Amino acid sequence: MNKVTNIVLGGLGGQGVLTASDILADAAFRAGFDVKKSELHGMSQRGGSVSSDVRYGARVLSPMVTAGEADFLLVLEPTQVDVNRPVLKPDGVLIAIEIIPEGAVKNKKSLNVAMLGALSALLDIPEAAWLDAIHARLAAKLHRLNDESFAIGRAAAIQRFNPPGQT
Amino acid sequence: MPRQLLNGDEAVALAALHAGVSLGTGYPGTPSTEILETLDHLGGRAQWSPNEKVALEVGLGVAFAGGRALVTMKHVGLNVAADPLFTATYTDVDGGLVIVSADDPGMASSQNEQDNRHYARAAVAPMLEPCDSQEAYDFTLVAFELSERWKIPVILRLTTRVCHSKTLVEAHAKVAAPTAPVFNRNVPSRVMIPAYAKPAHGRLRVKMVEIAAWNETSGLNRLIPGVGEAGQRLGIVSSGIAAVHAQEAAPEASHLVIGMTWPLPLDTIRQFAAGVDRLLVIEEGDPMLLDSLRAAGITAEGKAEMYRFGELNVPRLRRILAGDTSPEAVPPKGKPPELCQGCSHRDVFEVLRDMDCIVSGDIGCYTLGVLPPFSAMDTCVCMGASIGVGLGMRHTLPPEQARRVVSVIGDSTFVHSGITGLAEMVYNPPETGHVVVILDNGTTAMTGQQENPSTGRSLNHDPTGKIDFEALGRAMGIKNVHSLNRFTDGHLLGDLLKELLAKPETSLVVVRQPCVLAAPKIRFYEKAAMEKMSHACAAMPAE
Ligand SMILES: Cc1ncc(C[n+]2csc(CCOP(=O)(O)OP(=O)(O)O)c2C)c(N)n1
Ligand code: SF4
Repeated sequence: MNKVTNIVLGGLGGQGVLTASDILADAAFRAGFDVKKSELHGMSQRGGSVSSDVRYGARVLSPMVTAGEADFLLVLEPTQVDVNRPVLKPDGVLIAIEIIPEGAVKNKKSLNVAMLGALSALLDIPEAAWLDAIHARLAAKLHRLNDESFAIGRAAAIQRFNPPGQT
Repeated sequence: MPRQLLNGDEAVALAALHAGVSLGTGYPGTPSTEILETLDHLGGRAQWSPNEKVALEVGLGVAFAGGRALVTMKHVGLNVAADPLFTATYTDVDGGLVIVSADDPGMASSQNEQDNRHYARAAVAPMLEPCDSQEAYDFTLVAFELSERWKIPVILRLTTRVCHSKTLVEAHAKVAAPTAPVFNRNVPSRVMIPAYAKPAHGRLRVKMVEIAAWNETSGLNRLIPGVGEAGQRLGIVSSGIAAVHAQEAAPEASHLVIGMTWPLPLDTIRQFAAGVDRLLVIEEGDPMLLDSLRAAGITAEGKAEMYRFGELNVPRLRRILAGDTSPEAVPPKGKPPELCQGCSHRDVFEVLRDMDCIVSGDIGCYTLGVLPPFSAMDTCVCMGASIGVGLGMRHTLPPEQARRVVSVIGDSTFVHSGITGLAEMVYNPPETGHVVVILDNGTTAMTGQQENPSTGRSLNHDPTGKIDFEALGRAMGIKNVHSLNRFTDGHLLGDLLKELLAKPETSLVVVRQPCVLAAPKIRFYEKAAMEKMSHACAAMPAE
């Protein structure tokens, strides 16, 4: 069966939403899936709302996630939850920034990767693919910091969602 | 070659490199900008032109000289380049000439959503429309071959979703060495005086008939058979990104995806139509395909008028298939973009607002001056229009209002199409005079901080020639030419404008302060250039 996993990432320009969705798409690709990722950029640098769609599975057609059909919604900015919520399907999972324990991530710039860590606990993508994707996307001097943030987010999501196979 | 995840722009750049392109030219514009930036990163030769018309002319010269040229622009850029385009198609190019038009249905970041498929028909050029990055790669390669085989410019039409979606690409071409450039004199096919242009037009129409025949078996148009009876009941003809939405929304229907949308493979479509009970045309934007099929006598249905506007997507496709024309749900509005904190444009618009100026605006980051808290822009139409429109208002309004009119234009926009506006101002000065303000923030900020002829650096940020706005203004005969540095002279801008607006003379004010996002990079490039220079000096032999 061709099950496609639909993920939407939202936030404000400058928060690393697009970097995060690049990493997610690459991780899915490294895990052997067909993958498509789509977003509108252009005005994103000037602090406006940004969102990015990632879809992966055996075969993906449209690169856009249909409103009301997202399996996961990852939001990096509390004010952007309501704007993005309609993309989520009724039993879809919202991962809001609150999942990252206050003060756990020292460098705010890596909060996007911490959020990916949280998402990673719920997806069928091996951890190694995630780390490879992070390292491929970010400069070498940032790898340690982001590996740590990823681990923090992953641990937080395992604790919060208690996903099967992760106990 | 291994597969990689690329967006449509990157795929075009990679293919251009693999096609051995001698030069990529263009002018920045979302969603096309990354094509030339990527070509440069990959080691190809790419340069920004002052505007799209010049970019196309340079590309045409490359092709006349036997090299392969890639010319990139956003959809409205093709309006600027339309003049060379409409006659370039009459000529014979030796090297392949591929023009990328990146359309923006839905206006994610554009002033209109014009459908540039009309240009293929109007200018008589073959047009290819990829639906994902793999096709963007493949079609770019085909476009060069096609262009050389028929010695004709080819348009590759992308849309925002194709440009900015990442999908898997398998690159299969080997890097070809660019053809050795050589000048082959061919006056009748390149000098478009009427005596030569008349037969050239005839030849062009013959080329298009041949290309249309070739397109029937080109392999660019894909037939995806439907499932059982459902596949017999409904056939969908589509192109571009709409094709993947259609396949997802109607997986059981038969699909014919048109990759080369001009000239159309009408026999292929006719055959497809004969095999289905109902033929539906799915296309973003104007009913171009639908009208063409109907003109060819093929019975087909299209989408309702409401779906002409904006992008298509899977939910809209489902509505179209269901014949649903009820009002669509409006998605919640996000936070609009705003001028960055510390942006150099901010004070200027505060001054213009406080002085109650009538602001003839232009396109760039500074267009955000129209929104609160500034609310200081009264017109914005297309790049460069600020000056002409400001002059027109000056000529017409009663003097007390005319004296409040100011034209405001960014540095990149000024070079793109503001210089002829200055010529107009000098040539036909309004009785009350006029004031043009250039907002020189040292970059083309709107599209992601590209260089332009006034930054003194080329696409790859190496130093090059630099246009001096003040010297240009003086040379053109503008009466008052002033420059201000926002940080040191911020409070002076209001006083200066007041003084200039009171004079029945022509004035140019250059407000200079780097974009805060670009400033660190600009310092880096400047430092790198200085170092390079001192190395070169040290290496210079003593006399
Ligand atoms: C014909 C055309 N080409 C390209 C664009 C895309 N575009 C809009 S504004 C702009 C340049 C903005 O640069 P500048 O004038 O320096 O203003 P800034 O954004 O730096 O404030 C570009 C390239 C367009 N709208 N129309
Ligand atoms: S990107 Fe630069 S020009 Fe644009 S709003 Fe920000 S500071 Fe201003």
